[in-house]
Amino acid sequence: MAAQTISLPDSRFPLRTLLWPALALAAAYILVPAFATTYLLEAILLPFLALSLAAVGLNLLTGYCGQLSLGSAAFMAVGAYAAYNLNLRISGLPLPLSLVLAGVTTAAVGTVFGLPSLRLRGFYLAVSTLAAQFFVQWVLTKFGWFSNNNPSGVISAPRLIVAGFSFDSATGRYLFSLTTVTLLTLFVWRLVEGSAGRNMIAVRDNETAARVIGVPVLRTKLLAFAVSSFIIGVAGALWAFTYLRTVEPAGFNLDRSFQILFIIIIGGLATVRGAFIGAAFIVVFPLVLARTGAFLFGGVFDSGVLDMSQRIILGVLIILFLILEPKGLSELINRLATRSNRQRA
Amino acid sequence: MEVYDLLFFVEVLIGGLLSGVMYSLVAIGFVLIYKTSGVLNFAQGAMLLFAALTFVSLVERGLAVPLAIGLTLLIMVALGFAIERSVLRPLVNRSPMTLFMATLGLSYIIEGAAQLVWGTQVHGLDLGISDVPFEIAGIFISTFDLAAAGIAAAMVAGLSAFFYWTRIGLAFRAVADDQFAALAVGLRLSRIWGSVWTAAGFVALVAGLLWGARLGVQFSLSLVVLKALPVLVLGGFDSILGAIVGGLIVGAGEKLAEVYLGPFVGGGIEGWFAYVLALGFLLLRPAGLFGTKLVERV
Repeated sequence: MAAQTISLPDSRFPLRTLLWPALALAAAYILVPAFATTYLLEAILLPFLALSLAAVGLNLLTGYCGQLSLGSAAFMAVGAYAAYNLNLRISGLPLPLSLVLAGVTTAAVGTVFGLPSLRLRGFYLAVSTLAAQFFVQWVLTKFGWFSNNNPSGVISAPRLIVAGFSFDSATGRYLFSLTTVTLLTLFVWRLVEGSAGRNMIAVRDNETAARVIGVPVLRTKLLAFAVSSFIIGVAGALWAFTYLRTVEPAGFNLDRSFQILFIIIIGGLATVRGAFIGAAFIVVFPLVLARTGAFLFGGVFDSGVLDMSQRIILGVLIILFLILEPKGLSELINRLATRSNRQRA
Repeated sequence: MEVYDLLFFVEVLIGGLLSGVMYSLVAIGFVLIYKTSGVLNFAQGAMLLFAALTFVSLVERGLAVPLAIGLTLLIMVALGFAIERSVLRPLVNRSPMTLFMATLGLSYIIEGAAQLVWGTQVHGLDLGISDVPFEIAGIFISTFDLAAAGIAAAMVAGLSAFFYWTRIGLAFRAVADDQFAALAVGLRLSRIWGSVWTAAGFVALVAGLLWGARLGVQFSLSLVVLKALPVLVLGGFDSILGAIVGGLIVGAGEKLAEVYLGPFVGGGIEGWFAYVLALGFLLLRPAGLFGTKLVERV
């Protein structure tokens, strides 16, 4: 990442920065359950939440700490399969606890694959995270134990019960997912606003300089890997339990890893908000494209053409964002807001 | 029995080394671009797919083979310069990570475009090289692999000659050595980058034809990029020699591991073995076998 100016945390009480997230959260908790259809919940909001959380995790590692990872989907898979096995094999383990333990498991795996980052930089590290991608997928497919001896490694979500309340309905799964995402995002937000976040940015911008001024580079990198993997692991568990309900290792392939990387590029590197904006874009964009394509071109626009044009447009967008707006949609929104404020004044 | 085992080992080893040459072929395309512009071009696999798909589709539409090769090369030249103009130039002076992510986007565009234009069905490709194994001293060797190795050797020789005895080759080396100095003596960076991407496009065509003859020309061809990355890590991103040696090590290691180690863990390990090999190796030598050591300054 090129040297960027660091906006120091606002010393005043961050009322303004909290206003919009608070409003969004209120709408998400009150308006959405009241009005959203099952389609909206299951096809848009549930994948949006899980992908947002995964992107928050990756953004911590890549956006803040500057360590490019191409193995996010593998860590999502670790989280999903860990949560499944914990739930299956330890009877009476409360669901939230099995999610936390799944996150811890993923953090352990992520730290192991992050160890090379202590010696490797840049591309070499990116390639080493690919090792995680292929290795994890192979392990989950090859060893039946992880999927309770399902021949193709498929796992199905357990019933979602917390403290006697069932969260199995679409709305229930949505609320469960929303609460998990909110709590973890708050945690990450506190982390990046604090000294750990500034250490990460220092390591990203110039590792040698950071070391010289006394930033504990080793600890910062490992912390980024551990927390990031924890979050991505929980996101994987949400993806499997609340959105798809039935997953196989092949669902967590390299394309999924790229998808999460694209979310943070489009949404905005090194912003918490960017992960959500990018995820919303990635989830809604194919649906919009399918509708528009069918409307404009009719039958010619079949699923094959749709798939290819989706790839092309996504690729073009990635390059355009990198060239024109490296800080993504998040910064674009900021700029529009300042402009409209100025006009009002 | 003992002799047979040794023969078998040698056979596996040779098969592995030869398939390693195929990996090197892909890796060389990466090295060309990395050396001169410092970009790890993830789109190399997509370019390989694009070149092979264009060639096959042209031949299927009735073009003579030499004509189809010429036309495909022309298209690769256009592609190379278009990439320089639309992606590299606007991103000049940005971090290597940004450039890498841009090539990731580029690979999506090229893959999508190739299949949108030429369709997604699998095309057979017959280069007229028979794939009948022949026997030397009790060891079976694939003719096709041997021919591929020959072609790869010819290509490397050609590239080296080009680098050492032509003006533009000299300019390539100048830019690889010191970009600013090259600019200062009046080399046109944009034209050189365009040419380098064209050269990488040529390598992609050769590799695409050989891999296409082996696997069929289809989408999965662009995934050979994933085979080339560990090779690059082993050999170092900026060394052609490294790409070759790395390819040989990965090819041989993979085949030997699959045969001797695979049965104990249930097989299918060729998907990640190269990566783990590369990873273990990186911990010992972070810059690869032949890579340039990085000197850090604040």
